[in-house]
Amino acid sequence: MIKIVKRDQPSRAIFFFTPVLAIFLTLVAGGLIFFILGFKPFEALKFFFIVPIADKYGFSELLLKATPLCLIAIGLSFCFKSNNWNIGAEGQLTFGAIVSGGVALLFYEQEGFYILPIVILAGAIGGMLYASIPAILKTYFNTNEILVSLMLVYVSKLILDYLVVGPWSNPEGFNFPETRQFSDSAKLPLLFEGLRIHAGIFLALAAVVISWFVFYKTYLGFQMKVSGFSLKTAKYAGYKGKKMIILVFLISGACAGLAGVGEITGPIGQLHREISPDYGFTAIIVAFLGRLHPVGIIFASLVVAITYLGAETAQIFMQIPKYTGQVFQGMILFFLLASDYLLFFKFKFIGSKK
Amino acid sequence: MHKFFIRSFVSSLVLLFTFTVAAIAKDVKAAFVYIGPTGDHGWTYQHDVGRKAVEAAGFKTTYVEGVPESADAERVLRQLANSGHDVIFTTSFGYMNPTNKVAKEFPNVKFEHATGYKREHPNVSTYAARFYEGRTILGTIAGTMTKSNVIGYVASFPIPEVIRGINSFTLAAQKVNPNIKTKIVWAFTWYDPGKEAEAAKALIDQGADVIAQHTDSTAIVQMAEKAGVYAFGQASDMDKFAPKAVLTSVENNWGPYYVDRVKAVANGTWNQKDTWHGIGDGMVVISDLDSQMPADLRSKVKKLQADLASGKVHSFTGPIYDQKGNLMVAEGKTADDGMLAGMMTYVKGVEGDIPK
Repeated sequence: MIKIVKRDQPSRAIFFFTPVLAIFLTLVAGGLIFFILGFKPFEALKFFFIVPIADKYGFSELLLKATPLCLIAIGLSFCFKSNNWNIGAEGQLTFGAIVSGGVALLFYEQEGFYILPIVILAGAIGGMLYASIPAILKTYFNTNEILVSLMLVYVSKLILDYLVVGPWSNPEGFNFPETRQFSDSAKLPLLFEGLRIHAGIFLALAAVVISWFVFYKTYLGFQMKVSGFSLKTAKYAGYKGKKMIILVFLISGACAGLAGVGEITGPIGQLHREISPDYGFTAIIVAFLGRLHPVGIIFASLVVAITYLGAETAQIFMQIPKYTGQVFQGMILFFLLASDYLLFFKFKFIGSKK
Repeated sequence: MHKFFIRSFVSSLVLLFTFTVAAIAKDVKAAFVYIGPTGDHGWTYQHDVGRKAVEAAGFKTTYVEGVPESADAERVLRQLANSGHDVIFTTSFGYMNPTNKVAKEFPNVKFEHATGYKREHPNVSTYAARFYEGRTILGTIAGTMTKSNVIGYVASFPIPEVIRGINSFTLAAQKVNPNIKTKIVWAFTWYDPGKEAEAAKALIDQGADVIAQHTDSTAIVQMAEKAGVYAFGQASDMDKFAPKAVLTSVENNWGPYYVDRVKAVANGTWNQKDTWHGIGDGMVVISDLDSQMPADLRSKVKKLQADLASGKVHSFTGPIYDQKGNLMVAEGKTADDGMLAGMMTYVKGVEGDIPK
């Protein structure tokens, strides 16, 4: 007989094991879906997860795709660890891109080493400004940050729409909704000839290192951890909650803003209506799959990034509908949440007694 | 455990090798990149109908749907160019810069970009349809069928393509009914059923009893069906979605062009060009005319269709005035393609301003 028993305390081993289990279950379920759709499951999985990154170019594309996901997820982990539910990273990304794109356009056809740092900084500030709205509303007016941050995503997209259709549209562009191409001085340098991977990856890596340091070596990290476990405890301990809330939102906004900068000053090179295929939302999956741990997030961002690439490859070579990529992302999150059950409960095998 | 990994690594390498060898095909292979799902019953659906025509002509095709105009477009294009495709059709405006960028790297692959204007490399062609000719037909029908003399128009983005459509529609409607007014709602989307339905509802509430659309979903004709007003199908024949409301549809018929171009690649006669085809070349097709339309209107429309096809009638024939009353096209003259390509002013009779 099997009995389900509550654990005395969440198992640490299981804590890091469940993401792996979730990925495994996703692969199994994915294979099953392919089988039901009439594709050879192993071949489909191969085109999904191996072929896209089998060469140097494919691997560089994986890193390119993982960079914004990792950056945003690191930022989000500051919020999520401390019980602040910032769902609006997509909006902070968009607004960061708007501000940095605006600055880049100011320097149109200008050259100088100082332009790029200003453009990057502008993006971080844009993201911070946008994240400060839900933070301030939460701390001083007690609003729900989930709703506010989510709704602001749509506002930011409308602002972007307005700008690229109207005042910022390319004067030589027949009024199509896009800006001019940024000058080279406003673009992130490419790391290798012929590949699209750009210097933005260093921003993501820096974020990983800094977040690790903050989480595990600073008083702020400890405060965040305590607030994450219990807000009441944090209050009794006398932590200044408001300051921390605003700080984690600002960090999160800055990271999302930088991810936006990476897209527009990297592979895109201009502002238009579709600068992000919902990185800000997908990064939420990445953050949880990575267990809000900096190193975990690196791996999670790579895993999720490959679902984008794999979906394209699978459609090109096997005519599998590209939207299965989103199904995979959904399944990863689903299985992760489901297997979290194991964190708090365990199966106990009981021999039958007569 | 290690053995397992080494074995799977080796076997994946072997598989990869066989796959690379298999990809070297001798026949011409065409690829299509779509902005939406093939089941949108609008823009992408019609491109996919065109792709199937290429298949029917005996060529192999590949497509990738739902490719965002973000940084992802470039990767998809490069992958298609890298995997043995000889000609790649990119079917949304936002692919313009990625198309030209990738075309530079693959001089032996031909690229065909829909609705754009950049042909930076000799292996890039552009193509578009003269949808405004279809809108001349729709305007004629709308002007005749309206009772409230208010015609609604759901527009997507204020670009010349859309402005041109609004103008040719309004000019044709005025010709049969000088009292009509065209009211515009800008949806700022190509495909968003929710937003489009809302826009249609707003126009119906303002008294419009015929709704035209320059967005791609079937939401507008369905809203019209519910409200009991007339509408026109966009891109594909939408009659089955709203049998009472839809009077006719303007269909995008890409098949003949696609087959032509792929054949040209196969024969080695492909050359760079900018194609702009209308009713005459069969790129714009008018669906069956609904029997709710009076017989004389139907025969009038048939004749107009034939005259547009032969070039006897031009959608933009002077005198045409703008909203302020300035002469745009003089009496007896027709607007040239340069003017049409950059058209950014409303003609007289359109209400409101172009969003800036």
